Amino acid sequence: MTTILIRGGTVVDPTGTRPADVSIADGVIVESIDGDPDVTIDGRGLTVTPGFVDLHTHLREPGKEEAETIETGSRAAAVGGYTAVVAMPNTDPTQDCVSVVDFVRRQGKIAGLCDVHPSASITVGRAGRQLTPFAELAEAGVRLFTDDGNGVQDPLLMRRAFEYSKGLGVTMAQHCEVEQLTGGAVMHEGDCCSHLGLPGWPALAEELMVHRDIELVRLTGAPAHFLHLSTAKSVELVRRAKSDGLPVTAEATPHHISLTDELLRSYSAIYKVTPPLRTMDDVVAVRDGLADGTIDAIATDHAPHVAETKEQPLDQAPPGMLGLETALGVCLAHLDMALADVVAVLSWKPAAIAGLEALHGRPVVPGEPANLTVFDAEEEWEVIPAQLVSKSRNTPFVGVPLRGRVKHTILGGVVTVENGIATR
Amino acid sequence: MSRSLLSIDELGVAGIQRILELADTMAEVNRRPNPKVPALRGKTVCSVFFEDSTRTRLSFETAAKRLSADTMTFAVSQSSLNKGESLRDTIETIAAMGVDAFVIRHASTGAPWLVDGWTTASVVNAGDGWHAHPTQALLDVYTVRTALNRTGGFEGLRVAVVGDIKHSRVARSTTAAFKALGADVIWVAPTTLLPPVVGETATDRLDDVIGGGDGVDVLYMLRMQNERMTEALVPNLREYTTRFGLTPERAARLAPQTLVMHPGPVNRGVEIAVDLGELPGSVINQQVTNGISVRMAVLYDLLSANPDSTSDIEINDAVAAARMEQP
Repeated sequence: MTTILIRGGTVVDPTGTRPADVSIADGVIVESIDGDPDVTIDGRGLTVTPGFVDLHTHLREPGKEEAETIETGSRAAAVGGYTAVVAMPNTDPTQDCVSVVDFVRRQGKIAGLCDVHPSASITVGRAGRQLTPFAELAEAGVRLFTDDGNGVQDPLLMRRAFEYSKGLGVTMAQHCEVEQLTGGAVMHEGDCCSHLGLPGWPALAEELMVHRDIELVRLTGAPAHFLHLSTAKSVELVRRAKSDGLPVTAEATPHHISLTDELLRSYSAIYKVTPPLRTMDDVVAVRDGLADGTIDAIATDHAPHVAETKEQPLDQAPPGMLGLETALGVCLAHLDMALADVVAVLSWKPAAIAGLEALHGRPVVPGEPANLTVFDAEEEWEVIPAQLVSKSRNTPFVGVPLRGRVKHTILGGVVTVENGIATR
Repeated sequence: MSRSLLSIDELGVAGIQRILELADTMAEVNRRPNPKVPALRGKTVCSVFFEDSTRTRLSFETAAKRLSADTMTFAVSQSSLNKGESLRDTIETIAAMGVDAFVIRHASTGAPWLVDGWTTASVVNAGDGWHAHPTQALLDVYTVRTALNRTGGFEGLRVAVVGDIKHSRVARSTTAAFKALGADVIWVAPTTLLPPVVGETATDRLDDVIGGGDGVDVLYMLRMQNERMTEALVPNLREYTTRFGLTPERAARLAPQTLVMHPGPVNRGVEIAVDLGELPGSVINQQVTNGISVRMAVLYDLLSANPDSTSDIEINDAVAAARMEQP
């Protein structure tokens, strides 16, 4: 197995920030390497951290391989500095049984660019009627359950999901949207949608379900994770739930900390996403939630779509944006947080939510697995869609100044990205 | 001057005034025994209607023909869209046939802007979603301008737009046009039929707006669609008419000089529950007639400004062209 030396970088990990050389042998961080390393990485001016962990990736395989495959999505993840991603279950067939979950995990291993951890749906076929076999799926390694793309609408069914999941070591992750309030909605309900004559997605539709699930957590004692929080009130609800000591966690996307609904004035479906881009007040509230720990993690909600579908008019195009390759650049450009705190919401905090804390988000010290990201925290750049390694091009960040760029990614002691380019 | 007409906002006050003045010239042409001039000879105008609107389409096609343009129609029922062809492919295919202007009607907000990005031909928005319908707005302000002889602008003019504003591209565009010319616009509707955020003065009391003969100068009634009942936006049409319809009682209290307008087609007995013959101020038919002149003005304005227009025939000044044809 290869030996790697990262020389002269600054290590940022859960234990702090320090200048340190990092030696790797046999997939593990070691004190030192005997003889010359096989690979030497010049870490001067660069930051060395545990690999990033994405709680929310749509890899599209099986079912929509024209938009992304597990391989291309894993490559995009690696280029973005991720060593682990949680694959969302809204595939076709749905990740609602062990065989599909195993397939996704196996495809991830074959690609070998990033640890692919499948989540599973809460209900069979994400149809909102019948629970999936939580225990079988937990046995197969699933830690997060979600019907993402849809929220579980029925409060009784959701109560049962929380109750039944207790003790299995799994977490229900909710896409918060009361669908009766969002029928046909294209964008945030507010000033801009009123002017454009588009059906609005009111903030209330998210907040009602956040509130419902917080109360179900209070009732049942089961943990909950809130996906892609987008409104100021949602952040406040989670803040209060945490201060009440409830076992809740939350994530926010790069686009909800950087973009607003005003972009829809371009009529481009590139900016259509669920939940929708909100107002600047919401953006600021989500950033504040990240800064004070109310929101635990940045999760990309990487949602590839083929170009033709995004060229359709707003109401016909599917929602979703790419996120893996730009997440670090968006976070460092738009979050007024210390570098170590930004790395925390990209790495060890999401690793804990995903149940991956034994392998990812570890301290960068001898004996730990070599899942690492090396980035330039100062580089300013702009994304060029044609240069993305994702199979799709639907990034909303064209023309948005980004700061911070991943240079190298190491997965299990193997360099998966070198100088910004995937090695396989 | 711009290549396309997509919204009143993008046209601007100067653009509105330019179209209105040009429309006067076109109206003069339309009053002739032979209302046709060769101004757009050799130009091809294609109507692409993804949503049915026979009136608007006929109005545009009549306008194009009176300027001697060739016209084509692409109706969605005859199209390959049902076979999965994308909007972009449809537009690029038609554009490749050598079209100078697209007249687009689409149920989706923003579709004409997308089309405008895919072709060098001129694009006229003939209505997109609930969003915009600029030629309707232009014919509305042109109708008021001629009816009240207000060529200098609408300072002090009071306009009430009544009805389902939330779902109305007409309301959005006509409000923008009236305001651009200096009028005060008030929206009259229940909250359920207003946009979530209302940027205009709004009331749910039509009687206050009509007043006792001292009310608004223009009463613009919108079409009330039956499907709004099923969405629980109003309880039923009877109650809608009672609160927001132009009933005989309200008509009797209107000052005689109050203009009554409607984009058509009128839902008789709902938003207008009185015989139009009993409304001396009704200019609803004039709106339809003026629609031709205004759309002629729009097509002429755009095609004379578009350097990518494919015709090899010089467009002469419309007036000069008109003179050429004088007997």
